[in-house]
Amino acid sequence: MPVDKANRVLRYVILILLSVLCLFSFYILIVNSTRLHSQIQKGFSILPDNFFTRNLNNVLANKEVPVVKGIINSLFVAGASALLATYFSALTAFSIHIYEFRFKKLVFTFIMMIMMIPAQVSALGFLRWMSSLNMLDSLVPLFLPSVASPIVFYFMYSYMQSNLPKAVIEASRMDGASEFRTFNRVVIPIMKPALAVQAIFTFVGSWNNYFIPSLLLRSKEKKTMPILVAQLRSADYLKFDMGQVYTLIFLAIIPIIVIYILLSKYIVRGVAVGSVKE
Amino acid sequence: MKMLSSQKRNSISYKKWGYIFLVPFFVVYTVFSLIPLFSTVYYSFFENYMSGLKQIGPNYVGIENYKTILLETDLPKYAFNTIFIWLLGFIPQIVVAMILAIWFTSLKIKLRFTGFFKTVIYMPNLIMAAAFAMLFWALFSDIGPINNLLVAMGYERISFLQNVAGTRGLVALMNFLMWFGNTTIILMAGIMGIDNSILEAAQIDGASTWRTFWDVTIPSIKPILVYVLITSLIGGLQMFDVPQILTNSSGGPNRTSMTMIMYLNKHLFSKNFGLAGALSVILFIVTAILSVIIYRNLTEREPKPVKLKGGEH
Repeated sequence: MPVDKANRVLRYVILILLSVLCLFSFYILIVNSTRLHSQIQKGFSILPDNFFTRNLNNVLANKEVPVVKGIINSLFVAGASALLATYFSALTAFSIHIYEFRFKKLVFTFIMMIMMIPAQVSALGFLRWMSSLNMLDSLVPLFLPSVASPIVFYFMYSYMQSNLPKAVIEASRMDGASEFRTFNRVVIPIMKPALAVQAIFTFVGSWNNYFIPSLLLRSKEKKTMPILVAQLRSADYLKFDMGQVYTLIFLAIIPIIVIYILLSKYIVRGVAVGSVKE
Repeated sequence: MKMLSSQKRNSISYKKWGYIFLVPFFVVYTVFSLIPLFSTVYYSFFENYMSGLKQIGPNYVGIENYKTILLETDLPKYAFNTIFIWLLGFIPQIVVAMILAIWFTSLKIKLRFTGFFKTVIYMPNLIMAAAFAMLFWALFSDIGPINNLLVAMGYERISFLQNVAGTRGLVALMNFLMWFGNTTIILMAGIMGIDNSILEAAQIDGASTWRTFWDVTIPSIKPILVYVLITSLIGGLQMFDVPQILTNSSGGPNRTSMTMIMYLNKHLFSKNFGLAGALSVILFIVTAILSVIIYRNLTEREPKPVKLKGGEH
């Protein structure tokens, strides 16, 4: 019994240490975003100060990092990606789940095969093709490709298999609804939980995306948050105000953390369902 | 007879909708992924780069770019860096995730606050890697809070980003932090899917916790372990944001933390299209092979029943 108890304590200690490891850097981020450059240079502090508004105003006034524009661009791209990915993935999954047609199996296999191909390996062709379509320095190539999101498709397909009986579709047809109307009025409401979870994941993925936007976007007013954050690194940091650096990182991270705190239950559940076939 | 034919007509008209609903996916996929992929392959066979301000090529050169990138560049070194840093993060990740997944699911251990711990350890997965790397750079720089803390505790400053182990270690640490929570949750789902009767049978047979783990748990979640391993490896091959920003795209010190995608990025930036193409195709082929393994793994029909040595079931 004492051994059991010691084990139990040990487990909690390890869990608490891992939690501290996960939270420590973000805690220091929050603390340092409330301190001035001179204070940060002087030394480490575990307690926040009250200069957050001063730092925030400095960041907002800094012409080198158009942060308001960056947040708006990122919100727009991530929001549009989330909408397109969920709606069209559900539509694609609906087609494979409900209809019987000749190439159904082939289509399904194809989507499964392309699921893991990363955007990086076709970035060269993508950039040159966008350049010839006159879409360099445009936000469109950052959200429109979300219409074809194989991973979201697979999640929707799995969800339909256990939650969308074909009888529901038959009933809607009996009522004389067209197929498209059936999808919008009957299927979409049933899919709501799945749509919500995948919308969050797509939004976060897009908000955090750095590789393609950094190659595509040129002008200051088009840049998204990850690019603005990354730019700080190549700035001459000794001349840079660390209070502003921490505050900008804060602005890039905090919206996602807030969403997460509000919806963590659904997000954590979504991770498990999305990755493991039921 | 009349009904039959109308049914048939109906099914044909429904079939049409099956195709129509696939149109957006395939049009967008073709425009934004398939055409870029094929043109990348096409570019890989051409000599095409900038020499100063002068554009050389495009001239068809066959597989010259492949020979150059494989034999005459430091790609092998960057491949080694990528795999090395990936393993440095992945090994602790899978070990810690496995231990936590067992703790969280065990009916015998019955930990409390598991919801809270799961929420905390998963959080870093959602953080923007670019911002996370920037944050770690600020924290671990020579005059950053970690060094200030070391000095305050009476230690010497460590120039993390000036030494190989420090830089690789930081990248691996960030990868570990970003992914161990995610892996824990996936493994938990796998463990909870194990048929309880098998575990009970093992217990009745008097199998130790350790034996049960190796002979029942591991074989039962093998498909999920394969999934975790391969997806993590594919993700590892794409490693970019963290080392790129942490080292200010230099891959320093002395390019020991330069990954393959950072190298690709370099060629894309300097408009070295031929070599960038060849490197992309090589990465594509490796990823494709790994994807086939996942696909087989996911579409395997029934998991094979677990055979317990000496068990009744």
